[in-house]
Amino acid sequence: MGLLSKIFRTGIVTEAFPPGDPQIVHLVREVDLRSRRLFGRALGIREVDAGSCNGCEIEISGLMGPVYDSERFGFHFVASPRHADLLLVTGPVTRNMEVPLRKTYEATPSPKLVVAVGDCAHTCGVFKGSYAVAGSVDQIIPVDVFVDGCPPEPADILRGILTALGRAPQAS
Amino acid sequence: MIFLLMVAGYLFGALAALLFARGWVARWLTAAGAIIGGACAVTLAVAEVFGFDIGSFQIIVVLARRPWWLQGGVIQDPAQPLSAVFLGVVGAIAIPAALYSIGYTRAWEGRRSLRMPGAMLNLFLLSMSLVPLAENILWFVLFWEGMAVTSYLLVMTEAEEPETVHAGNWYLGMTQFGLGFILAAFFLLLPPDGSGDFTALAKHAATLSPGLKSLVFVLALIGFGSKAGLVPLHVWLPSAHPAAPSHVSALMSGVMIKLGVYGVLLFGLRLLGGGPAWWGGLVLTLGAVSALLGVLYALMEHDLKRLLAYHSIENIGIIFIGVGAGMMFLSYDLPALAVLGFVGGLYHTINHACFKGLLFLGAGSVLHATHTRNMEEMGGLIKRMPRTALFFLVGAAAISALPPLNGFVSEWVVFQALLGGASIPQREVAVLMPIAVAMLALASGLAAACFVKAFGITFLGIARSHEAEQAREAPVSMQVAMAALALACVVLGAAAYAMVPALGRVVAGLAGLPPASAVTVSWSLRVPLSAPGAVGQISPLPILLGLALLLVAIPIGLWLSRASRALRVSDTWGCGRIAQTPRMQYTAAAFAEPLRRIFAALYRPTEDVSIDFHPESRYFVQSIAYRAHIIPWFERYLYDPVIDRVIAWAARVRAIQSGSLHAYLTYLVAALVIMLGLLMLWGS
Amino acid sequence: MPLPTGYTVAIAQTALALFLAPGLVGLIRWLKARLQNRRGAPVWQPYLELRKLFAKEVVVSSNASWLFRVAPFVVFASTVAVAFLVPVLAVPSPFDPVGDLLVVVYLLLLGTFFLALAGLDPGSAFGGMGSSREMTVAALSEPTVALAIFALALGAGSTNLGQIVARTMADPAAAVSPGYLLAFGALFVVTLAENGRLPVDNPATHLELTMIHEAMILEYSGRYLALIEWAAWLKVLLFFSLLGNLFVPWGVATVLTPSALGWALATLLAKLVVLAVVLAVFETRVAKLRLFRVPELLAVSFVLAVLAITVSFLVR
Repeated sequence: MGLLSKIFRTGIVTEAFPPGDPQIVHLVREVDLRSRRLFGRALGIREVDAGSCNGCEIEISGLMGPVYDSERFGFHFVASPRHADLLLVTGPVTRNMEVPLRKTYEATPSPKLVVAVGDCAHTCGVFKGSYAVAGSVDQIIPVDVFVDGCPPEPADILRGILTALGRAPQAS
Repeated sequence: MIFLLMVAGYLFGALAALLFARGWVARWLTAAGAIIGGACAVTLAVAEVFGFDIGSFQIIVVLARRPWWLQGGVIQDPAQPLSAVFLGVVGAIAIPAALYSIGYTRAWEGRRSLRMPGAMLNLFLLSMSLVPLAENILWFVLFWEGMAVTSYLLVMTEAEEPETVHAGNWYLGMTQFGLGFILAAFFLLLPPDGSGDFTALAKHAATLSPGLKSLVFVLALIGFGSKAGLVPLHVWLPSAHPAAPSHVSALMSGVMIKLGVYGVLLFGLRLLGGGPAWWGGLVLTLGAVSALLGVLYALMEHDLKRLLAYHSIENIGIIFIGVGAGMMFLSYDLPALAVLGFVGGLYHTINHACFKGLLFLGAGSVLHATHTRNMEEMGGLIKRMPRTALFFLVGAAAISALPPLNGFVSEWVVFQALLGGASIPQREVAVLMPIAVAMLALASGLAAACFVKAFGITFLGIARSHEAEQAREAPVSMQVAMAALALACVVLGAAAYAMVPALGRVVAGLAGLPPASAVTVSWSLRVPLSAPGAVGQISPLPILLGLALLLVAIPIGLWLSRASRALRVSDTWGCGRIAQTPRMQYTAAAFAEPLRRIFAALYRPTEDVSIDFHPESRYFVQSIAYRAHIIPWFERYLYDPVIDRVIAWAARVRAIQSGSLHAYLTYLVAALVIMLGLLMLWGS
Repeated sequence: MPLPTGYTVAIAQTALALFLAPGLVGLIRWLKARLQNRRGAPVWQPYLELRKLFAKEVVVSSNASWLFRVAPFVVFASTVAVAFLVPVLAVPSPFDPVGDLLVVVYLLLLGTFFLALAGLDPGSAFGGMGSSREMTVAALSEPTVALAIFALALGAGSTNLGQIVARTMADPAAAVSPGYLLAFGALFVVTLAENGRLPVDNPATHLELTMIHEAMILEYSGRYLALIEWAAWLKVLLFFSLLGNLFVPWGVATVLTPSALGWALATLLAKLVVLAVVLAVFETRVAKLRLFRVPELLAVSFVLAVLAITVSFLVR
């Protein structure tokens, strides 16, 4: 019972969601209206680590926690790309992860979206030009939104996903 | 008339096999003989069990009822419905098995003559058909032994394999062991005037003391139980059934072991007329234990036919649960429940014959196509052999007791019989019923798990060997045989309205059970299965139709609601790995592994892992071999010590054969003197 | 307004069950989110998920056969068939003589059987593992269910669901008899096992090695996944209806008047909400068991069922 009383004392800790810095999120192409309507309220996200240092992963893992609570927007992380609507890709795509990333993209049923998280995913970041890197994410699979940062804050990642869905809160 | 035609059919088939021995003529004529015989048997049985409602067969029925050849009660006029049921089972499975053999034996062309297998097949069917009809000890034992010998010769068809010889030896030994007990039971029942007629035996049995009657029953149970495959007398089954050709396995597993059930019913109900409750309790306990142990050992098998053989043990257990419950209720004077128990046992007999026959024929098709019985070398066969896979799936669903197929309905009847056990006045005895319910439920759940494994590893996924990749669909005759049995499984489930009352009439009148009133078979859609004494009601036909309707309605609903119809074919999701090989799939051993660990106390599994390292470095592995064994309890702790003891004594007795002529002459003279002395003593 | 016929009510209650099922699961998820101190998705989130899934394309493995495509329909059909048999709203159902509690159990096993086969079909190791574990858990929970049925049938004199409900309503003292309470406990554990809830299986896990039910459906997408998910949610609702309406049957309509049906609907919703709260709190409190500890949990439920039977025998 100590657990239950602690739960009740803590209360809801989810934070309100501010508009944020518009420079961080880049919308590459406008997602079509049908997909936006379809995924607007229920989105399955599959996270793909294409060779990242795991900094972005730690930030993404905060999304499911009580503070950022991505579930309130209707997002849930799924166990298989077959269940996914959106691929959340991190890391510069290393040579070993190039084929798996393509296969993951192929395994996802359409319509699908791709959000690339972090500087590495956008421009290969500090690993640019390395012998182990095959290229940035948009050179492997088509990307809809880039979220810059090393690593970006969870709020920015959320904003990136919402931008892809056309639901990003606008700065007043 | 029909009876003579049946005998003639089988003899014709045997003769054709002996005369022609090779070529398609031999195969077709042999099978034709068996099919004619089987069809006659089924006609006789159906006419007897259902009465005379089948209008167009009126003439045949009238002819069959005329007594023929009743010399001293050799063969009965099939007026005993119980015998008719078993006769019908023989005939019903004989037809598909014979049809199947046409395609199956084509593979033997040039390698093996059809003479022995074909002739023995027909004689086997003939003797199995005549066993339930025999009314006399002599003829019963004659046909029983005929059945044993012909089936032994059939098992030994592929005698070039050492395991076949081993299986044949065990089989022969166990049949003779059983025969000894059966003969002892019969001789104890012999009336003083020596007449071996069954009615005379029954009359004499009524005058015997209860202790003697119990002894007779136990002897009969051991003798017929060993034929049926009751634990602990089951050890011959898992080796003999796989060793035989597939249509023979179907017959042995589907039909022959049921004659063990017939024997127990013959002694328990007809000859001894029911007995104390502990008889039924013993049968029930042995049945429940067989059901559970059979399926537990089946789970660990990866030889497809051995798996099916162990499942036969499980289903015999279920049949004996029904029979045992019936006998217990009989002794407590609860006639409606007793009928229910026996009906459950008999219905499951018929159903098991159908779906086990189907499964063995399917396993035979797979063996025919891939030349292996090992599940670990199969896979992906559903795409290469689609029809075989479909029929095997029907059989697997039936044996897992999934509604609306026949396996579910007969298990439901057995459950209802056990649930009625609360009516037994003695609490300590009544508590046996919930235990049996729990064991039956566990056995049927584990059977479902086992058949997911059997069907899934064999037919689904990717081919695990070259043969499996190249497998071709079975010949048409084999497919037709399997299709017929699959259809029978569905129909027997839906036609439960007709089956249950008919089987109720079969047991009525036996052992003091009240005779049933005339039964009208109504084919109305909503009529629930009326099983008097049961605590529940089901209607199998609406379940079947409802499921079919829903299966059609859901895609229509999707189409109407304009759900997306897009479909794309891609690779199996494997976390993005580069390529997939067949070895990345689940194996049969892996599938059963959780259960192996859970029941480790029973299995005592041992594992053996041997790793081959690369000669240059221990960091690189060339191959890993994993072997898992389970302890065969009964063979190691029951049979091996007994066999060793017997061999030790035999070695000592062998000392008599000294080879010296003088010693043998001394034995002769001594035996003569002793016999003369005894005769003089008795004479005076 | 003319009284609705039995068939209309039976079909309506099945449609109602289908309609309420996603909402029930949504409620459970919302409650768990609140217990995790988050806002969580709204209660109607599963409806949105279903709508989305029906609009997505299906990706099928090249190794899969026709069984993969047929299995979702078989699973859905068998669960809907069970919905016709379970007393959700009204008790004198015209479908009562079609199936009893044993038929319900084995129809659910039919769905599990085909889903397990579909897990093996694409030839992936995850699917095989899920199938193996799912069949193990299903097989081990069978004896508990059978004995619980025995205990209920002893009290009610029938295995038909309508009879059991009617008998308990006629004899309220039976509802608090030790036999019934123990059977309730046993069936609650079986509900957790059969529906893949904690502590047997975590429905929200992403770790394939910890999955039982989810592992079998990793290959499914689009409308097939929608059908399987909906069937799973319907199964939760039907188990809750069984737990509620068999053991606490008051509220179930015995006559088919609009007021009785309305009251039945209200009590059904109340029972579902109560059970949802109990489940949500329970799942928050416990951690998932290791796979080889699950048989111990099922053994506990089996012992409860055995005690239920023994007590029923002694008390009679």
